[in-house]
Amino acid sequence: MMEKRIRVLVAKPGLDGHDRGAKVVARALRDAGFEVIYTGLRQTPEQIAEAALQEDVNVVAMSILSGAHPHLFPKVVELVRANGMNDTLIVGGGVIPEGDIPALKEAGIAEVFTPGTPTGNIVEFIKANVK
Amino acid sequence: MDIVKDLLNGSRLALSRTITAIENEYDEAVDIMKELYPHTGHAFVLGITGPPGAGKSTMTDKLARAYRNMGKTVGIIAVDPTSPFSGGAILGDRIRMNSLTLDEGVFIRSMGTRGSLGGLSHKTADAVKALDAFGKDVIFVETVGVGQSEVDIVKAADTTMVVLIPGMGDDIQAIKAGILEIGDVFAINKADHDGADKLQMELNMMLDLDGEMKEWRPPIQKVIASQGEGINELVAQLDKHYSYIKENGVLEQRRHERTRTELMELLNASIGRYITNSIVKTGRLDNYLEDIKSRANDPYTIVRSLLDELLVK
Ligand SMILES: Nc1nc2c(ncn2[C@@H]2O[C@H](COP(=O)(O)OP(=O)(O)O)[C@@H](O)[C@H]2O)c(=O)[nH]1
Ligand SMILES: [Mg+2]
Repeated sequence: MMEKRIRVLVAKPGLDGHDRGAKVVARALRDAGFEVIYTGLRQTPEQIAEAALQEDVNVVAMSILSGAHPHLFPKVVELVRANGMNDTLIVGGGVIPEGDIPALKEAGIAEVFTPGTPTGNIVEFIKANVK
Repeated sequence: MDIVKDLLNGSRLALSRTITAIENEYDEAVDIMKELYPHTGHAFVLGITGPPGAGKSTMTDKLARAYRNMGKTVGIIAVDPTSPFSGGAILGDRIRMNSLTLDEGVFIRSMGTRGSLGGLSHKTADAVKALDAFGKDVIFVETVGVGQSEVDIVKAADTTMVVLIPGMGDDIQAIKAGILEIGDVFAINKADHDGADKLQMELNMMLDLDGEMKEWRPPIQKVIASQGEGINELVAQLDKHYSYIKENGVLEQRRHERTRTELMELLNASIGRYITNSIVKTGRLDNYLEDIKSRANDPYTIVRSLLDELLVK
């Protein structure tokens, strides 16, 4: 009688002024049967890690348009792991130059989705990699 | 168990994992709840319900901060509907509560309604117990609407607050039966909009008609949650209700009733599951279905004979 659902925190770190993209992703994940926790704009890495902890999410999905990803993405990974959440899948998206991707993956971002990625790919990636 | 020990020692991860076990109906949830139970019964549980967009989350945020300023620790369970089509949900209550996220004295958990509503009310009740055992002084349970499912969920609450907004027009007539009965305190939010006074007047009239025999006349508080206006007054009303139910034996009676309901539901669910499991595993279920289809047997006879076989010793 188990009723497990994949829980995803969709987060907008940094100072971006709009979250249309994040909302599109949130809806796609809901339509795929996931429980999406959405926290709105301008989240600090500390807030994201704490919300991930309280919500016991399986996935943290972040999106940044402003270019602050080289600092903010790794910081979230560090804080989430420091909370003892070692299995949480952490992915990122937004306006991210190809050249930055290897360093982000090195830092523990499981996958990076650049603009134009069909939302179906994100769903598939999560289904295939979530623990 | 380690997770119980960790939770009681203040581990937020252990608390979080416990609520997951409750939500997902993991077998271990029963073992965890068993050990947490002696540590429950201390928190003040406040149910908040009302139509979508009424400002329940905004109000919860402001109320939680008011209780924090009084030195109380706070737990919040925010329930939003699951999509019946995909089984997924967007749980957005935290958007209004971001200022609480990094306060160590606050723990917020979002829940989807998922499958059965009956299941939901017992899951929220257990999640409340986990927060209670963790040591939270005040626990908020936010749910949408004022339908039957919400009524069931607010049964987990000591005090129930109903949030209404102006401009609902004649809707108030339609929902009045439900809300009048469950509301201990009414908040009219968005009092910055036209119609708050009119709504207050109508509500007062209904409560006066309804409440002649009652000892507690639910107060109505006008609030502008987004600006924090009326929040202190609302806290005073909530505290007054809590004092009232404590001093007049109502709290004890409500908790007694709640314990009774919980025990009966647990018992019914467990017996049901026991019998279901035994006929599914042995494959007898399929035979029964065949027999029913061909009219060789009927559901009533089958259930009766199963009860005789499996329960009567
Ligand atoms: N004008 C006005 N808007 C408010 C007030 N309180 C909340 N809101 C807004 O109403 C919307 C819904 O609020 P929310 O707390 O999410 O409602 P909920 O669905 O009942 O939890 C948000 O845009 C809030 O900013 C208020 O007192 N006045
Ligand atoms: Mg809400």
